[in-house]
Amino acid sequence: MATQRASAATRETYGRTLLTLADDHPDIVVLGGDLNVSTFVHLWRDQYPERFFDFGPAEQNIVGVAAGLAAAGKVPFVSTFSVFGTGRPYDQLRVLISQPSLNVKLVCTHAGILTGEDGMSAHGIEDLSLMCALPSFTVITPADAPETEQAVRAIASTKGPVYVRLPRAATQIVHDNGYKFEIGTADLRKPGSDVAIVAMGSLVAPALDAADSLAGQGIDARVVNLHTLAPADEAAIIAAAQETGAIVTAEEHYVHGGLGSVVAGVLARNCPVPVEMVALYGYTSSGPANELMEKNGLTAAGVEAAVHRALKRKS
Amino acid sequence: MSARIIIPFYIAGDVLAAVNQPLQTVEEMRATSLQLRRDSLEMIYGAGSGHPGGSLSEIDILVALYFGVMRYDAADPAWPDRDRFILSKGHASPGFYTTLSMAGYFGREELSSYRKTDGLLQGHAHPMTPGVEMNSGSLGMGLSFALGHALAARLDGKDYRVFALLGDGECQEGEVWEAAMSAAHHRATNLTAIVDRNRIQNDRFTDEVMTLEPLADRWRDFGWNVITCDGHEHVEVLRALETASEGGPTAIIANTVKGKGVSFMENNPAFHGRAPNAEEYEAALKELA
Repeated sequence: MATQRASAATRETYGRTLLTLADDHPDIVVLGGDLNVSTFVHLWRDQYPERFFDFGPAEQNIVGVAAGLAAAGKVPFVSTFSVFGTGRPYDQLRVLISQPSLNVKLVCTHAGILTGEDGMSAHGIEDLSLMCALPSFTVITPADAPETEQAVRAIASTKGPVYVRLPRAATQIVHDNGYKFEIGTADLRKPGSDVAIVAMGSLVAPALDAADSLAGQGIDARVVNLHTLAPADEAAIIAAAQETGAIVTAEEHYVHGGLGSVVAGVLARNCPVPVEMVALYGYTSSGPANELMEKNGLTAAGVEAAVHRALKRKS
Repeated sequence: MSARIIIPFYIAGDVLAAVNQPLQTVEEMRATSLQLRRDSLEMIYGAGSGHPGGSLSEIDILVALYFGVMRYDAADPAWPDRDRFILSKGHASPGFYTTLSMAGYFGREELSSYRKTDGLLQGHAHPMTPGVEMNSGSLGMGLSFALGHALAARLDGKDYRVFALLGDGECQEGEVWEAAMSAAHHRATNLTAIVDRNRIQNDRFTDEVMTLEPLADRWRDFGWNVITCDGHEHVEVLRALETASEGGPTAIIANTVKGKGVSFMENNPAFHGRAPNAEEYEAALKELA
């Protein structure tokens, strides 16, 4: 039985949090590409029009202008959909922002497959792989609204390029008011010693539900929220492997280059243990978001099945 | 913080921009251009690779900018009030590096570190080098980056100018026109684009690869003022840059000759991206004496 939790759209949290930063961070400017209502930066546009620039759907130019603004001392927040903000201007992100390590914050919404009905081209399932391949970028996937708020505050005060990945749909709230987010430090959601589920974004709540179900079967599962994929908290990943002996990763992203790949890389270099990966194994079609998650096994049941597979492989 | 030094600059009775030092007369600029052409070829010959054609075509434009128009303090490359120069055609770095060295950003001895491991001067211009604003090497990006600086000037209430030097082949990149459209929309009056119109790109003549004409009309249609000039006549370039300061965005189409100054490199696509051999290098230096 899944825990009942409140839900909230993290992109709205993003737009509202930005407003609260305007006075203390006079160098913040916001750049958009004709998707400003969807990304919620229209709130900023309407309140701070002189600190907002729309470029239409011309993502190469948006990223290039952001780099120039950053070089001149501004703190540009760039927001569009993840499919348009990462793949389309990838060379600009690489040459103009990552290589000189400029202080640009790329906060993209509509990532993953929760864009549902819009279909394959709207499903952002490659963005983490792309962004983790840019050495200077910090890559963050908040799980819920409280984590999004703290992440947005944190990146505004931290120098260097950052990518933040947000979905369209509301996600379940798994953090209470006492939660303290820290860039690059994994968030231990639940201790456990038999197996560790390392989850991210929309899969953190299903991972917690799976852990509850597993507890009823006498299996003590740890749940780690790896909100920061780059730089990854290697110590937390290694400790999870050493202390449990089996790892399940869970992400709403293509299996190559995302959370599973990062965790497997850390483990292969330090502490090899069996790893099962709950992820997308290819493109998926149009459909309601919950049906697509179900169809692709991105559910508590999918995580639970992966835990059983991992435990079987444990020596 | 060094104060801006204002020196009226006279050519044939006209007052040009208030500029920084080191300031040069047109006669001195001609000598400087010749020196920088020799130095650029020495760098490329020493490295065994590089792009001579576009360096030789751009040098008179750079000399006019750095010794006639721009305000900067070479001892303080990050001076917030400096005019910005953005080399978008980043492969033509030797002409840029020799100009920066002459302007005082780093010593002449650094020129031999071009393309060398742990050297100061990267193959394509990178901001690790004093005086270089933007990382480069992938075409089409410089005008967007320059627009970012131009908008920052407005936000900060500063009066600095922003210059971006583009290759003509580079104008085949779509991002150039995204940037052009948005610079006009956002009224970036302090932005000047200069197109080094040498009519040759990597493989062959621009007209053979992709038609660029009517290039001036295309900039005009995107909402820009357009000035055409001879990119090798310092006086013409200076006048164009001065006129551009009256309110932009302004595009200067500078008609140039690829490989300018060396007979066998001029209008020769082969020297877009290859170093001269020993014999060619000796012959080139004789012509540039």
